[in-house]
Amino acid sequence: MSSVRDHLLEQYSARVYKNRKDHVITAGENNPDVITANTRTIPGIITQRGCCFAGCKGVVLGPIKDAAIIVHGPIGCAYYSWGTRRHKAFADEKDGEQADCYLEYCFSTDMQEPDIVFGGEKKLKQAITEAVSIFKPTAIFICSTCPVGLIGDDIHAVARWGEEEYGIKCIGFSCEGYKGVSQSAGHHIANNQLIKYIIGTGDKAPKKKYSVNLLGEYNIGGDGWEVEKLLKRCGIEVVSVFTGGSSYRDIKNSHLANLNLVQCHRSINYVAEMMYDKYGIDWLKVNFIGVQSTIEALRSIGKYFGDEELIARIEDVISDELGTVFDEIQYLKSKLKGKTAALYVGGSRSHHYQTLLKDFGISTVLAGYEFAHRDDYEGREVIPDIKIDADSKNIESITVEKDPKYYKVFLSDEQKEALAEKGVQLNYYEGMFKEMDEGSIICDDLNHFETEEFLRILKPDIFFSGIKDKFVAQKNGLLSRQLHSYDYSGPYSTFTGAVKFGQDILMGLSTPAWGLIRAPWKQIPNLEGSLGGEE
Amino acid sequence: MLDYTTKEMAERSALTINPAKTCQPVGAMYAALGVHKCLPHSHGSQGCCAFHRMFLTRHFKDPAMASSSSFTEGASVFGGGSNLKTAAKNIFDLYKPDIIAVHTTCLSETIGDDLNAIITDIDIPESKYIVHCNTPSYKGSHITGFTNMVSGFINYLSKKSGVVSEKICVMPGFVNPGDIREYKKLLKAMKVDFTMLPDTSGVMDTPMTGKYEMYPQGGTRIPDIIALGDCKKTIALGLQTSEPSAEVLRKKCGVEYEAMPLPMGVELTDKFIMALQDLSKEEIPFEIEEERGQLVDMMLDIHPYTYGKTVAIYGDPDTVLGITAFVLELGMIPKFVITGTPGAVFEQKANDLFDKFAVTDCIAKAGTDLFYLHQLIKNEKVDLLIGGTHGKTIARAEDIPLVRMGFPIIDRYIHSYMPLVGYKGAMRMAEQIANALMDYQDSHCDEKDLEVVM
Repeated sequence: MSSVRDHLLEQYSARVYKNRKDHVITAGENNPDVITANTRTIPGIITQRGCCFAGCKGVVLGPIKDAAIIVHGPIGCAYYSWGTRRHKAFADEKDGEQADCYLEYCFSTDMQEPDIVFGGEKKLKQAITEAVSIFKPTAIFICSTCPVGLIGDDIHAVARWGEEEYGIKCIGFSCEGYKGVSQSAGHHIANNQLIKYIIGTGDKAPKKKYSVNLLGEYNIGGDGWEVEKLLKRCGIEVVSVFTGGSSYRDIKNSHLANLNLVQCHRSINYVAEMMYDKYGIDWLKVNFIGVQSTIEALRSIGKYFGDEELIARIEDVISDELGTVFDEIQYLKSKLKGKTAALYVGGSRSHHYQTLLKDFGISTVLAGYEFAHRDDYEGREVIPDIKIDADSKNIESITVEKDPKYYKVFLSDEQKEALAEKGVQLNYYEGMFKEMDEGSIICDDLNHFETEEFLRILKPDIFFSGIKDKFVAQKNGLLSRQLHSYDYSGPYSTFTGAVKFGQDILMGLSTPAWGLIRAPWKQIPNLEGSLGGEE
Repeated sequence: MLDYTTKEMAERSALTINPAKTCQPVGAMYAALGVHKCLPHSHGSQGCCAFHRMFLTRHFKDPAMASSSSFTEGASVFGGGSNLKTAAKNIFDLYKPDIIAVHTTCLSETIGDDLNAIITDIDIPESKYIVHCNTPSYKGSHITGFTNMVSGFINYLSKKSGVVSEKICVMPGFVNPGDIREYKKLLKAMKVDFTMLPDTSGVMDTPMTGKYEMYPQGGTRIPDIIALGDCKKTIALGLQTSEPSAEVLRKKCGVEYEAMPLPMGVELTDKFIMALQDLSKEEIPFEIEEERGQLVDMMLDIHPYTYGKTVAIYGDPDTVLGITAFVLELGMIPKFVITGTPGAVFEQKANDLFDKFAVTDCIAKAGTDLFYLHQLIKNEKVDLLIGGTHGKTIARAEDIPLVRMGFPIIDRYIHSYMPLVGYKGAMRMAEQIANALMDYQDSHCDEKDLEVVM
């Protein structure tokens, strides 16, 4: 297989080769496998990566339904991040406290040339005034776009002004697109502000004995709701979700939960770590994508709380849920077994979906992350070895102290050790590598050229990716499904989601149009045609 | 749905809510895709390029390829010159386009990158080209960006050789490949030899062949762009979108132009056809007259369902004006007509249309947003909405049927293959409008009133 990697890299110029060679790995070739990640994309190389703003506003903050997010900048950035990610939510009331839902709205200061020349703070203040007067939100977030940082508008000062003037929560996010090397920088910036200004500011304690926060779950297509339903069936209260379907109202109480469950490690691990340091809350890496991984996640939660009654209830729920989907999963598996897949998504899904594919007997021949760090590939044990380059240094990394009021340890160190022996490792993510078959290809920041080449050589049956490369694969006659948006299907999480996913794959592979691509006259050898030179 | 939008018109001077425009670069990227073997290049941070490619792909459901200068914080401080130089080398090495069309972003504009100087410094391979245009996102809209990119191609490439050709230059406006194919059909029928700039047909509506081509068959050929300087005339379709580029070609090469509205509906298509006849001096062929006659026949057939119905139209200025003209011909009342793109000419042209058809109490507004439109509708409900995807929340909130036309339509398929321009495009509009109104009647009338024949 390494010849596949070498063949691809050989086609690059010396400089590009030097850069890309460490981003492309053949699994099992080195012990341990090491990859380069979270470094700059070379200009001109067609990357699928987005920017810091997309990671901050688009990914982490966007789903928070009751915050009016004002994008401070020219119109585009607000426009493109308006309703285009399927983080579902609706307004609701909890214990007499309302959370409005502004996801149908797009707020922008629509900066014009004079604002760029003379500064946009005045316009931003006026925009806040107007948002307050029309919507009366409990929270306003301000997200900066590129020019704002360049002209030096102090959005944080404006946020402080907003809080004083209107008595609401008002937070600035300096997530200019040029920061960092991908969306990842934006995740970090959003995480920092959430811990600084929201988490820990509420005082509504959970009602149930066992409670969790669901971190890094963005409720795409309703995934998070399925997980919440499942946890509720097990008797576990979900205090807040970061951030799918969630609210400022809920997140401010998140420090009162017993345990943090981490779905997308990349986008939210900073919050998980900082809540561990500040509030003593352990985090557990879970994966509710896939039947086996959902079962494993539920059992780990049971073991964490160590309550026999809870464990029994979890087992009941598992056998019940499994019973409902078992036949359909077996049927789908009979149809899908032996197929191969390539995955190129964000910073977690390329790992999560491999376990779901395995449920159906589909193996992964190529996987890559768009904006992950080395720990997402190799496991958190490599974090001390990661060299911080200039681009990462510019992103503030904050340390937090133990909270005098709320710091609380749920399990003692001995109990944690005992758990680890049972296979439940807390505050740890093992990364993608360990689950990948020897010889499969792992490619960080997979670019357009590499996509085309790898798909041509590896010939997977399905390519899971995003909208920008979906149709490249499809035009090549290859089924391509978006794992960012689920091609507007889903939910894909938990047991029923796995079935939906399998059905969608089978649908994609079976649709009759694939058989119509070649016109009949192109399939019949044209024996009566004239040979060259005859006419 | 949109529960916080109030009936009381909110005074706003700073906050845009639910925009009806986006930023310049996405328009520039779309225009550049309409040149054969061209790779659009976004000179800014990666996110811009990613957003624009995402948006175009969602509208066309076809790949929108483009590259980025991938600015980091360092580039934002020291300038993006070296990023563009590196990018150009890598692009020519790896993706082998014939031409790179660079557009700027609010980032590179704010730091003041001098693209002329940077490009002059780049070692461009033999017979390859790099062109650029400035697309500051804090001015105009995606329409402005489209115009600027078209002008950019002319600025860099078009030359006057001194020998005037028989060809005319056609600037299509910000329209779909389906529209461009319709223009071409009409131009061919009228025996007019032309160069279309840009031409996204065959690029953003490619057939399924089982083989992806990074540079499909379509797109304006570079030699044809160069030869635009010798054209005998330019037909600039879309006053706001195309006229500025036609003026650039006139100034540079002395090619006179005729700017006209997008040929939408009967009279505006008549105007286009007669302009072509003026050039070719040919008889208008029967197939065109037949199509026109069919269209008018349909309009008479459906008039009981369209006459007097009120409609709100939103989107891009030239497209909205074209739709407005046609709905007036259908006897409808274009109660609210808005665009997010700034420009006084829009309001003036819309008001001219209102006057021409003697409709009163209609509102036209440029540089506004969908929140404003929704507030207008809350004060006076309309029978129909026409525009892109983003109006669907209003449609749902107010239970108004929505006909999708224009850009962007990211929640439906196939539309970009179909025309809105020409008589054929008007037939399609007529069908969609009548169907929407009649479906609404079917789903909302009393059961006893459900008509089997309509």
